[in-house]
Amino acid sequence: MLQIAARHLEKITVFDVSGDIDLASSPELRKALLRELRELRMPRVVLNLKDVHYIDSSGVASLVEGLKASRDVGSRLVLFGLNSAVREVLQLSKLVKIFEITDSEEQAVAP
Amino acid sequence: MSQGSLLLKMELRSNPETLCVVRNALGELAQTLGFPEAECRAVVLAVDEALTNIIRHAYQGRTEQPIEASFRRIRVARDGAQKPALEIVLEDRGATVDREKLCGRKLEDVRPGGLGLHFIRESMDKVEFRRRWGRNQLRMVKLLHAAETRKEP
Repeated sequence: MLQIAARHLEKITVFDVSGDIDLASSPELRKALLRELRELRMPRVVLNLKDVHYIDSSGVASLVEGLKASRDVGSRLVLFGLNSAVREVLQLSKLVKIFEITDSEEQAVAP
Repeated sequence: MSQGSLLLKMELRSNPETLCVVRNALGELAQTLGFPEAECRAVVLAVDEALTNIIRHAYQGRTEQPIEASFRRIRVARDGAQKPALEIVLEDRGATVDREKLCGRKLEDVRPGGLGLHFIRESMDKVEFRRRWGRNQLRMVKLLHAAETRKEP
């Protein structure tokens, strides 16, 4: 079961994501990301992945769609809290370098 | 036909909601066999991606279609010796797999999709597709490097 809770800071939305991101749940993440980026035009969207213990290729695809949307509208998508399971999958995809990844929330929301 | 010691057999339906159940069971099995933590995650990822491909491509998103998964402990000739390994066979009765759809993509392309087969190949030591008797069969093998000295379950 995937859970996505949104917190709104000034011009930043932080999504606290928990659970597994797979074929069943990735559409929910994709929808949340695209709404915030394309419809609401938030200047920065931050994903807290601390409590995500599994991500598959459909989850990575959702992150890539979010990244593309952020580039299209001139905003930023920032990830933090990646545990080893999530980091391994991003490294396996060879896409880890294209994402903006920080070590902490403080860095992710810093001006 | 696969030989070896049958460890687990699952009769599944092509429902994405069941993927987490398979992941949990397989993670426990891989751990019991003695795979290191990172290799447990690799095996789980490969099977999850393979099931995702079956649901999306062979069954084109239709749920409630049959998938059989069997897990065996086998021995594989490698470097002049017989090495223990985990063999995973997935069978479905869906459409013939379009190899072009499953061939993956260039990793330098920054776009969603096309990663599943890449993940499977990177995670497993051997991956074979075949079509027989109206079924798609995917056979994957992972060598049990760290489990050779363990007692067989």
